Amino acid sequence: MTENGWMAFSILIAAIFTDNILLTNYLGMCSFLSVSKEIKTATGLGTAVVFVMTCTTVINWLVYYYILMPLDLGYLYFIVFIVVIAAFVQLVEMIVERVSEPLYYSLGIFLPLITVNCAILGACLFMIIRNYGFLSSLAYGFGAGVGWALAITCMAGIREKMAKVKGKIPKGLEGAGITLIIAGIMALAFIGFSGTMNIR
Amino acid sequence: MLGPFLVGVGVMCGISVVLAVMMVIADATIANYGTVKVKINKDKELEVDGGRSLLSTLMEEQIFIPSACGGRGSCGMCKVKVLDGAGDLLPTELPMLSADEKKQNVRLACQCKVKKDYSIEIPESLFNVKEYQVTVASLTDLTYDIKKVSLKFKPGDEINFKAGQFVQFGVPEYELTPEPVYRAYSVASSPFVKDALELEIRLVPNGICTTYVFKYLKEKDNVTINGPYGDFFLRDSERDIVFIAGGSGMAPIRSMLYEMKQNNNQRKAMYFFGARAVKDLFQVDEMRQFEKDLPNFRYIPALSAPDPGDNWEGDIGLITEVVAKYVESGSNVEAYLCGSPGMIDACIKVLKSKGVPEDLIFYDKFA
Ligand SMILES: Cc1cc2nc3c(=O)[nH]c(=O)nc-3n(C[C@H](O)[C@H](O)[C@H](O)COP(=O)(O)OP(=O)(O)OC[C@H]3O[C@@H](n4cnc5c(N)ncnc54)[C@H](O)[C@@H]3O)c2cc1C
Ligand code: FES
Repeated sequence: MTENGWMAFSILIAAIFTDNILLTNYLGMCSFLSVSKEIKTATGLGTAVVFVMTCTTVINWLVYYYILMPLDLGYLYFIVFIVVIAAFVQLVEMIVERVSEPLYYSLGIFLPLITVNCAILGACLFMIIRNYGFLSSLAYGFGAGVGWALAITCMAGIREKMAKVKGKIPKGLEGAGITLIIAGIMALAFIGFSGTMNIR
Repeated sequence: MLGPFLVGVGVMCGISVVLAVMMVIADATIANYGTVKVKINKDKELEVDGGRSLLSTLMEEQIFIPSACGGRGSCGMCKVKVLDGAGDLLPTELPMLSADEKKQNVRLACQCKVKKDYSIEIPESLFNVKEYQVTVASLTDLTYDIKKVSLKFKPGDEINFKAGQFVQFGVPEYELTPEPVYRAYSVASSPFVKDALELEIRLVPNGICTTYVFKYLKEKDNVTINGPYGDFFLRDSERDIVFIAGGSGMAPIRSMLYEMKQNNNQRKAMYFFGARAVKDLFQVDEMRQFEKDLPNFRYIPALSAPDPGDNWEGDIGLITEVVAKYVESGSNVEAYLCGSPGMIDACIKVLKSKGVPEDLIFYDKFA
């Protein structure tokens, strides 16, 4: 494999495990906490995020390096990135509605809210800040999406199990409290991967 | 100075245009469901444009499923048996469906989108439901918060309904609603008058339809209604009748009384009407006239909190207490209740305790 290829591959793996955007940068928390009650909806939202993240990093990379930079318009990148993300979320919404209506309704407001999922804008900004090439950006966008989906699916799995053992959780910790603690422990577990791959 | 400005704005516009084109294409492909077939009661087949709710799809085909909430999924009136095509139950439907209904594939027509071929079952009576353009003949204040709305049909149009059934009243878009909505109102007039209807509408503060009726509706206005709907009507039997109503719940009972009068019905009947004070009573003279015209009918208004100046000599107390006082044994009784859900639930309890069989308690909750 070429050097570029290797680099992209290691970024992909790192984005999923060692530098999981959710568990190391704490981006995309709100839907992570609220749509992680069931595995089915969590994977649904996860898939949507993977799709949006991959497409938007690629498109935003192209727009940034082929349109904004040559024209000296670097300062427009926030607004351009957000618009591109919004368009893609709208697209995903149409697709989800067509493919699975129950999923569409269970995601409810969280589907359009992917537009302002900070993990997605975050991925786009990281790729610019870290000066990734095209292939690396593609790998990073896809990896960050998969990492996010993986984290929310794990969380949903844990919460589904937890829902079965009623009464064991102290009252004050039910709901968001215990979920945040679990998120912390998951983040600790993911630190175990660190050092195996490097993202920069 | 102008150069960078134009470039910046131009690039932003360019990107937006490209994205907009992409969305237009997506709308025409992904969100376009083409034509699909809807099969009704296994014999009638319709070709329709896909992508909209079953409720509005059928409405376009002049088949009217009752719906009081305008398709928000909150009234649960648009239930339809879907044999095929609807896919899995939606989370928005779950709160409205009982376990039995889920087993029988009952769905909310306003929530299910028609994306592929459907096969549904609806009661034949719904084919009798039509849409009518009517004009407001007059508006009368019955109390400070209840209006009588008299509607006149176009020459040649007529409606066939059973006393007690309701129609849906269309509200055009106005300050409280961005899209037309429909609300259910029981017909208050005689079923033997077929070219006119009377509704009795009570103001709900900030309610979409009632605010429209009270603030904007004028004589000679055109209104769209559809109907008739519902299975709240007098059953044929020899049992004694107990009517219970409050507020605008008067409407369907009044219609039933007109029907009884026309048919010279001899059944024993008591009508309990609950109100707070004298100012909430209306059409008392009419009810007294029914007492004269119908040999075995009694009208029993009851006030729960009469005003000091009311000089009230009739019954005082909650409607439940008054019903409990007059109804001795319920074993030979059939009951018709109409009004707020709270009042109905409370009265059902009393009637059951008096021995009225549960399946002979009929009601329309104005929810
Ligand atoms: C079968 C049937 C027959 C009916 N017949 C009549 C009738 O003959 N006369 C009549 O006046 N009404 C009748 N209703 C009620 C009527 O359909 C409307 O629900 C009611 O008039 C309120 O409509 P709206 O658009 O003004 O209020 P909406 O805009 O629907 O509601 C506004 C707010 O008021 C609340 N609200 C709605 N209804 C009530 C209520 N009754 N009391 C307190 N709060 C409420 C809602 O929760 C909401 O928050 C009937 C309902 C049904 C289902
Ligand atoms: S129309 Fe009210 S629930 Fe469907």
